[in-house]
Amino acid sequence: MTPVTAPAPATETQPTRDATTAPQPIQKVAIIVSKGTLDMAYPGLVLANAARMTGIEATLFFTFWGLDVVRKDRIDNLHVATVGNPSMHIPTMLGGLPGMEGLATKMMRKEMDRLDIPPVRELMEILDAAGAEIYGCQMAMDMNHLERDDLIDEVDDVISAMDFYDKAAGAQVIFI
Amino acid sequence: MTVRTLAGHEVEVNDEGFLTDSSEWSPDVAEALAAEEGLAPLSERHWTVLSYCREDAAEKGEAPGLRRISKNSGVGMKELYKLFPDGPGKLAAKVAGLPKPKACI
Repeated sequence: MTPVTAPAPATETQPTRDATTAPQPIQKVAIIVSKGTLDMAYPGLVLANAARMTGIEATLFFTFWGLDVVRKDRIDNLHVATVGNPSMHIPTMLGGLPGMEGLATKMMRKEMDRLDIPPVRELMEILDAAGAEIYGCQMAMDMNHLERDDLIDEVDDVISAMDFYDKAAGAQVIFI
Repeated sequence: MTVRTLAGHEVEVNDEGFLTDSSEWSPDVAEALAAEEGLAPLSERHWTVLSYCREDAAEKGEAPGLRRISKNSGVGMKELYKLFPDGPGKLAAKVAGLPKPKACI
C-alpha cells in the first residue's frame, strides 16, 4: 500500500494589519428579511437601523414570509414562533399547545417595551425617516396574491431578486 | 487613550475619537469636533440636539439613543439625519463630548 502523505501545512501566515491592509469600514448593508415572526423581524430591522445611525447605507429586502413584516394587515400582529424554535427552551410539543404562541408573543412585546424598543410599525417608520431603502419581493407578492397597496407606505418599491442585487451593489449582504 | 488639543483645550479621547471625560467638553471643543466631521459651523438646531444629549446624559449616565433624541429634543428623526448625515446616532454624541451610545435605536 502506498502511504498516504498529508499535504504540507500551509506556510502562509496571517497578514499583519498595517495601514494598507487594515479592514475597510462597512459602507453599506443589504439585509434580506425572509422570516415573518416577531423574533426574526427585529434582528433585521434593528441591524438596519443601527447601520443608519452610524452612517452606513442600509437596504432592506422583504421576501417570502418576511413580507408579513411590511404587510398592512400583518405588521401589528407578528407572532413569536414557539414550535421549532429551540431558543424557547420549552418542549416542542408544549410549544404547540393552544395559547402558547400568544403568551410568548405577549412576553416578548413586554420585554421590548421595557427596553424602549418600538413596535415593528414604528421601527419601519424610523427606518424610512432614516433613509433606509425598503423593498418588497415581487415573487413573494405574486405567491400571496398581494398588490402594492397591501404593503405599508414606507415600502419604496416591489422588485425582483435580480433587481435586489443591483440595489445591493457594493453592500455586505445579510440574510435573516 | 490619546490627549489632543482641540480649540486650545487639552482633552483625552479614545481610539474612536470620543471624549473620555465629558467634563472636558466645551462649546469650542464641540465646534472643533464638528469641523473634523464636516459639520461646522454648528447651527442652532445642532445646538438643540447637543444640549439635549448632554442634559439627558447627565441625568441618565449614558448618551441617549436616536429614538430618544427624536422623541424628546424637539428635533425629529428626518431632521437628525439632515443635521448629521454621516450617522446621527454616533455623531451627535461625539460632538456633544459623550461616549458612543449603547442603544441600537
